[in-house]
Amino acid sequence: MPAPFVIDHSSVTQVMAWVLVALLPGIAAHVWLFGPGILVTLALATVTAVVAEAAMLKARGYPVRPFLTDLSAIVTAWLLALCLPSLAPWWLIVTGTLFAIVVAKHLYGGLGQNVFNPAMVGYAVLLISFPVQMTSWPGPLALTGTPLSLADSAAIIFGGAPKAVLDAVTMATPLDTLRTGLLQQHTVDEIMTQPIFGHVGGAGFEWLAGAFLAGGLVLWALRIISWRVPLAFLAGVWLAAGFLHFFDAGRYGAPWFHLFAPSVMLGAFFIATDPVSGSTTPLGKLIFGFGAGVLTIIIRTWGGYPDGVAFAVLLMNVAVPLIDQYTQPRIYGGAPGREKGSSR
Amino acid sequence: MTRVLHRFKGGVHLPDHKAESNGRPIHAAPVPRQLVIPLRQHIGNPARPVVEVGQQVLKGQIIAEADGYISAAVHASSSGTVTAIGPALVPHVSGLPDDCITIETDGRDAWIDHAPIDYQALAPADLRMRLRDMGLAGLGGAVFPSAVKLDPGAHACPTLIVNGGECEPWITCDDLLMRTRADEILQGVRVMRHLLGSTEILVGIEDNKPEAIAAMQAAAAGFDFAVEVIAVPTIYPAGGAKQMIETLTGRQVPSGKLSTDIGIQVFNVGTAYALARAVFHGEPLISRLVTVTGHVLRPQNFEVLIGTPMQRLIDLAGDRDGATGVLMGGPMMGMPMPSSEVPVVKATNCILVKSDALFPPLPAMLPCIRCTRCADVCPAELQPQELFRFAKAGDFGRAQEYHLFDCIECGCCSYVCPSHIPLVDYYRYAKSEIWAREREKRAADLARARHEFRLFRLEREKKEKAEKLAAKAQAKRAELAAEAAAPGATGEADAKKALIAAALARAQAKKAEVAPKNIDQLPPDKQREIEEIEARRAKIRELARQPLETDETKP
Repeated sequence: MPAPFVIDHSSVTQVMAWVLVALLPGIAAHVWLFGPGILVTLALATVTAVVAEAAMLKARGYPVRPFLTDLSAIVTAWLLALCLPSLAPWWLIVTGTLFAIVVAKHLYGGLGQNVFNPAMVGYAVLLISFPVQMTSWPGPLALTGTPLSLADSAAIIFGGAPKAVLDAVTMATPLDTLRTGLLQQHTVDEIMTQPIFGHVGGAGFEWLAGAFLAGGLVLWALRIISWRVPLAFLAGVWLAAGFLHFFDAGRYGAPWFHLFAPSVMLGAFFIATDPVSGSTTPLGKLIFGFGAGVLTIIIRTWGGYPDGVAFAVLLMNVAVPLIDQYTQPRIYGGAPGREKGSSR
Repeated sequence: MTRVLHRFKGGVHLPDHKAESNGRPIHAAPVPRQLVIPLRQHIGNPARPVVEVGQQVLKGQIIAEADGYISAAVHASSSGTVTAIGPALVPHVSGLPDDCITIETDGRDAWIDHAPIDYQALAPADLRMRLRDMGLAGLGGAVFPSAVKLDPGAHACPTLIVNGGECEPWITCDDLLMRTRADEILQGVRVMRHLLGSTEILVGIEDNKPEAIAAMQAAAAGFDFAVEVIAVPTIYPAGGAKQMIETLTGRQVPSGKLSTDIGIQVFNVGTAYALARAVFHGEPLISRLVTVTGHVLRPQNFEVLIGTPMQRLIDLAGDRDGATGVLMGGPMMGMPMPSSEVPVVKATNCILVKSDALFPPLPAMLPCIRCTRCADVCPAELQPQELFRFAKAGDFGRAQEYHLFDCIECGCCSYVCPSHIPLVDYYRYAKSEIWAREREKRAADLARARHEFRLFRLEREKKEKAEKLAAKAQAKRAELAAEAAAPGATGEADAKKALIAAALARAQAKKAEVAPKNIDQLPPDKQREIEEIEARRAKIRELARQPLETDETKP
């Protein structure tokens, strides 16, 4: 064995474990605001991901244990689960997780090789294939007034409850409401008077966003993630939304409203910061984050879906090799980071 | 006046493990029975032996002289008899033997005549030659011949940095040297200053060595030139030359250039001390301080004769069971030794004995997740994750585009990698592949040039021969024509006929000449033998044909 003969006490497992820990405030807020259904979703996604990961590792001839214990599959499962409606049917969860692990991760070469963020690929596939189920969001408990127990939630998810039970708790999300309202020629101010809206974001939803933000700050404080991607992402959302809002406040939502959608906070701190599918250079991280933020607003405003974080991140994933190539930082001694074909 | 320090990018905080060995005084290691002194202890050409097997040598006697400008002499570290000159195991990671001079010591440790050098009386070039013959090379680890570095050349060198960083964990030889021999270090600096014409002398010492800083400051106060002793923050690799320059001056050495290009030269404190011994005592570089630490009973520093087997020092420090190997240098950049019996050389600053408890085996490697922690800690400000990708893919051209050769192999990237990838290994591999390809390309270019020249030469010779022949034929024809013209004009046809006859005769003679001669005039028994052999061969040929026929007859 050659030098160095010492290593820092860090590992991929440790990095992934911290990401999971940092998601706990968001999960807690989710349970508090929307009921315990998310726990069933998380558990189902986790089991599916672990089984799929083990099977794929075995099929590809990799040692199962070291790769399974890196926890990366569970991170993917949790991120996807947190993007799904919390009472989504079981087959939706399983399909999305399988697609994320099997196709987006392993068919692209496994850990460290995937071009696209696996959780976002799973999410995008589900959104395109099953738009109805993907937009049946339970409303905040404070509005629906019918708290569901863990057993009730499980029954809904596994199809053991009449559809009416689900219908009773689902309602349009704040972003849906805004989108529909605008399509019906209402002004933003009129739409915002509806009870689904809270202080700056959606009622309840804004607290969920706050919890993701808190978890994200923990990751930053531990230097698991750099400040560049989240800050640039949030700046992209805020500036793009603010620009539109400044020109026509009646037709475009306020920047703070867009910022405090949970998907933006989850996207900025947990999804766009995925190192494997993101940019690696300091400037590249800023471009990547900012681009994803701006695209999120563009898709929300003019796209076919109420939210755009997943598509924005996937689009920026495509641009990563290009961004990295042209943003190589200067090295010690002042030479540009990439000599243009000089040594060939 | 306090100096504003600058922070170089990257670096890591390491557990320094200095306390293990810096508490004990320096011990002089006894003269071993046998010294094995490699000829290649410095960067550049290996030294050329000037002694013979069986010759008696004295301590400090030159046993191999410098070969060329970038080289340094090698001396007998003690008195005795030369018993071997040739390949022996040397402290190199490859485990390949290299040329060494082996001396059986006589225990007298008798010095050759030596005297101080009047350095101010000598011309700088002569002084440098003397220092080269004193075997001086950088003792910080790179062992570059000091005489070369002491030549300011066309550049002025206003700033001289004396490097007492010693940022590698476990190593404390520079620390002990500064604590106990500060005055002599600065005496060496006096000579360096004389040769380089430096006006600013900076001594950089990591702030985890307060005793060394205090000792150097106290010594500096007694000198007639200004020496600034500066405590620099302890962060690996603050003792790297480029990092020390940036910390102290805020300047970076441009990529692909030398520090002297920006008017700065850097020497290790040990080199300054060795220089002082050479100039003021006439002692060549035959010993150095070596830290022996890690898995030994009494980690400490020894004054060691070059050529002493490492195992003697490990024995002195207290060998322990459970050792898993020996490193030369520290844990970040040190080299694993092929055996603990290899000799101490000029580059040996530390002998680090490993054990599973101190250096547990590294965990299995996982794929790179592009987390860029390596880029965050890279003091060369490279993108190690990209270099890794290119090296792994064998895309060496792109690795070079991304400045593979600016990597100083400090090991920070490997240290922080959460996937436990031995990144530095990949860079070393890529570098050696590129060097090998360049060597091959140079060899191929040379071969092509040679081949082209050969073709050109053959062509030229052919032409010259043809011209010569034509001239000769012309002369002959003229001669014959003249002859023919004399006895009566037999004409052009006769002349031609004569020419042909002459050529035929020449050919006949030549044929007779080239006919094989070894079967002519053989003694009769030899002739018989040959005939027998021929007969046997004919028979064998006959036999070889037979099976075919029998096959045909017996279907």
